[in-house]
Amino acid sequence: MSAVAAVNAAVVAPSRGIGEVILALENISLAFGGVQALADISFDVREHEIRAIIGPNGAGKSSMLNVINGVYHPQQGTIYFKGEKRHRMEPHKVASQGVARTFQNIALFKGMSVLDNLMTGRSLMMKTGILQQALYWGATQREELAHRAKVEEIIDFLEIQSIRKTQVGRLPYGLQKRVELGRALAAEPTLLLLDEPMAGMNVEEKQDMCRFVLDVNGEFGTTIVLIEHDMGVVMDISDRVVVLDYGRKIGDGLPDDVRNNQAVIDAYLGVKH
Amino acid sequence: MGSFIEVVLGGLMAGVLYSLVALGFVLIYKASGVFNFSQGAMVLLAALAFARFSEVMPMPVAFLLAATMMVALAFAVEWLVLRRLVNQDGIVLFLATFGITYFIEGLGPQLFGDNIYRIDLGMPKEPKIILENMFEGGLLINLEDLIAAVVAGLLVAFLALFFQKTATGRALRAVADDHQAAQSVGIPLNRIWVIVWSVSGFVALVAGMIWGSKLGVQFSLVLIALKAIPVVILGGFTSIPGAIVGGLIIGVGEKIAEVYLGPIIGGGIENWFAYMLALVFLLVRPEGLFGERHIDRV
Repeated sequence: MSAVAAVNAAVVAPSRGIGEVILALENISLAFGGVQALADISFDVREHEIRAIIGPNGAGKSSMLNVINGVYHPQQGTIYFKGEKRHRMEPHKVASQGVARTFQNIALFKGMSVLDNLMTGRSLMMKTGILQQALYWGATQREELAHRAKVEEIIDFLEIQSIRKTQVGRLPYGLQKRVELGRALAAEPTLLLLDEPMAGMNVEEKQDMCRFVLDVNGEFGTTIVLIEHDMGVVMDISDRVVVLDYGRKIGDGLPDDVRNNQAVIDAYLGVKH
Repeated sequence: MGSFIEVVLGGLMAGVLYSLVALGFVLIYKASGVFNFSQGAMVLLAALAFARFSEVMPMPVAFLLAATMMVALAFAVEWLVLRRLVNQDGIVLFLATFGITYFIEGLGPQLFGDNIYRIDLGMPKEPKIILENMFEGGLLINLEDLIAAVVAGLLVAFLALFFQKTATGRALRAVADDHQAAQSVGIPLNRIWVIVWSVSGFVALVAGMIWGSKLGVQFSLVLIALKAIPVVILGGFTSIPGAIVGGLIIGVGEKIAEVYLGPIIGGGIENWFAYMLALVFLLVRPEGLFGERHIDRV
């Protein structure tokens, strides 16, 4: 039985109330000039699950996230989000549908404080107009305070109280990653995309990050798609795993199935010809 | 002593006006990373529009109409130019603003005529002598300059607060910092660009009205905008306070140089002093007084 078939047959663990398919990608192909970044890839993500995308460097993992969040527009294939077919859409529109993300090479607003970075995460929920804001009156002030309260909750959740006024560019790498997660959480997303949230971290930082990811998933019920290189982490926290290699899907299923899949082992360890 | 203070005051007031033009540069640079060469042309266009409108209608109406025109220009620039050049290098956008500059420099006189037009804001023209009992002969100041400086100061303070304290200001800073990340949190780039170009257009209008009422509205207003380039080099491209302080330093510096160095090394220093000062800064502190210092990890 092929790896793909194994997945389709796989029963999804019901433990955290994993629900219907929230995001489905069908036959996605993406090329840059002559380089085929993604070739005919299909997989789905279910509500409340943690879905990992793994694969060697250059496998197309980040391209996949960029397709989901609207940075890249695939030449072929269809995306269904919350049951509806999604047409070509810019990232800020995708964000307004409840998708938040972090980036592989931290993309924070480095010149701004941690607090301001998190507040930008709530941009979509700011309703007052520019002229009202210019006067900084009534509704604007109330709005700022309400959002500030929510952001403070996230600051508490991520245990970054002590750095809230610090300029982000001055923080060490591990903390920046945490702030970036915070900014994504501030948007209260239904779907959270994490691009290597633990890259370059030491063991302790990784443990903290794992805990936050699991808590976000467990407490807020947020659906998470995550790219990660650390196999230990992937196997521990994800519900299902997609494996990409050279832009093709070579495995998809429960962590244990993927771990024992010969194609995956070959991709990671190399194979004799 | 009295005459020295007069020179400094004169310099400060000229400096505030440099700051105003520089502010237009900084706003756009901060929010889009584009060095907008057309800021000077925008000053000319706004001043021309206001001067001609105010000939036939009450001044507040002319002001609103000119401001509306600058907002329309912002929409046009976003729609016809910026939108097509998303994700291009800074140099491409910079050169695009050259095109915009020549277009506006042609459009303004075409629409509004190419004579010298007067703007009369009804400010007192006659100089006034103050503090007679402190200094011998008192200090001679120009009330018009003083009012202009206060207006410019208020505008600058308002913009600085707006940038720091409001959600839109935060979104503007976010876009300036990282386009990708800004879009990922749901900030639409197109709207932000229209906003900054509109605000810069508004600042250009205020600057154009003040300069125009001093010197008359004429094509040479474009050249004043060139003085704003050394100002932003001095103050830092990304800093609103930098634009203010840079403008003041250059205003005062060139007046002092003209008055006190002029007799020694020959006059006309005022014309090149700003550029030389900027050159020195580029050598010593390329990020400017208030710019963000970039430390790259090797």
